[in-house]
This record gives sequence, C-alpha cells and structure tokens, in this order.
Amino acid sequence: MEINYLNKDDSIYAELSGELDECSAEYVRISLDDLLKNLTSTKTKLVLDFSNVSFMDSTGIGILLGRYNKYSKYDIGMYIKNPTSYVNRIFEMSGIYQIIPKIS
Amino acid sequence: MAFDNYFKLEFEAKNINESFARSVVAVFCTELKPTISEINDVKTAVSEAVTNAIVHGYQNKGGQIVLEAGITGNTLDIVVKDTGVGISDIDMALQPFFTTKSDEEHSGMGFTLMDSFMDCMEVKQNTPSGLIVHLKKVIKG
Repeated sequence: MEINYLNKDDSIYAELSGELDECSAEYVRISLDDLLKNLTSTKTKLVLDFSNVSFMDSTGIGILLGRYNKYSKYDIGMYIKNPTSYVNRIFEMSGIYQIIPKIS
Repeated sequence: MAFDNYFKLEFEAKNINESFARSVVAVFCTELKPTISEINDVKTAVSEAVTNAIVHGYQNKGGQIVLEAGITGNTLDIVVKDTGVGISDIDMALQPFFTTKSDEEHSGMGFTLMDSFMDCMEVKQNTPSGLIVHLKKVIKG
C-alpha cells in the first residue's frame, strides 16, 4: 500500500494504491492522521482516490470511519473517488457513502 | 468428504499472512475458471475469516491458523480454523456492524461480507477452543 498526496485548490487528493487490509491498515491510518496534523486551514476537502486499490476488505471500512471521525472535527469533508466496481460494492454494502460521499 | 482436489495449510496468525492466505485460495480455485468478480468474492471472504482469527481469535498475540480448501465439481469449500478465544454468542457476532473492538476502528462487517460474497457460511465453536468458519461457493465461471 502506498499513498501519494496532491494539493489542488482547497482539496487534498490522496491516491491510494495497493491492497487495503488489516496488514496495511496501520500505514493508512498513520499516514492520514499525519496529514491531518500538518494541514493548513485553507484545506477543506480530502478526496480519497481509490482507482488503484486492487483489494479491500472490511478493514478499509473501519479505517475510513475512524478517519471520518477525526477529520470531521476540523470541518474537513471526506470524499471517495473512482473505486473499482468490486471495492464500490463493499462501500455500498457498508452504507459509508452516506457520510463519505462518492464523487466522480 | 472426498474432494476432487484439496489442500490444507497451517500458518502463523500474522497479518502479513492475510494476503498470502487469500492469494493461495484464489490460485487454488483457478481450475474452476472463476470470473474476476468470483475471485474477488473468494479473496475477500478468506481475508475476512483469516483477519478475524488473527485479530479476534488470537487477539493479535499470534497462534496457528489452519486453512483448508476443497473442490467438488464446481463447488469450492473453504475452512478456516483457529484455537483462539472463540465467540461466546455467535448469533450476536453475525449481526451486521457488531464488533467487540469499535474503539480500534473495526467495522463489524466481516461476517456480513463473508455471508454476502459466498453461497454458504457456517460459523461454529472449535473444540476445545476457537472458531471454525466454513465457506462454500459455487463457481459459475
């Protein structure tokens, strides 16, 4: 699992690539929490780009909900972009799009 | 039960082995010519069962996990066994979003995903301790 960050206007794009499971969860958790600590006040959105996430299990849902709880305290909106149809199915089953919307 | 093909593996309950376990089963079932979607279903279900054994069964303290898979016709049977702490109330644990570890950001969706992605899921106590998860899927290809 790797995450590349891109700044664009008021948004940060986090491009995740690899497999998101219990084994890689700690890395994702720490990386996104470190990002939050170092954010400037001009950023209001975190867009998680899932186009290169080849595998995800329910661990991914737990990680995202945990990050949502932290980011929402700073009024930073989280969004999910480009999940593969397989990852999208897991997101839909979890109902996570109700709090972390999918954008195109 | 006599399978057309069968394997049994025993490995350490370490999270690095989650990827190993799901990949082994994915490769094992290729003789049934599964679709990409079916492979993903199987990989997710195995990952959930193995993660559950590591995180819940052995409480991240390590142990041994036994993974078995068998093929009969176009049916794939998978068994994941641990000898960890087990689950006292299995019916409760099977409820969507039920988790004993909400403070550690676990979603409680593991059994829900296994049940959704496979045709059959059976969860029972192992003796003298631990859990046995039996998963079954007909690979239509």
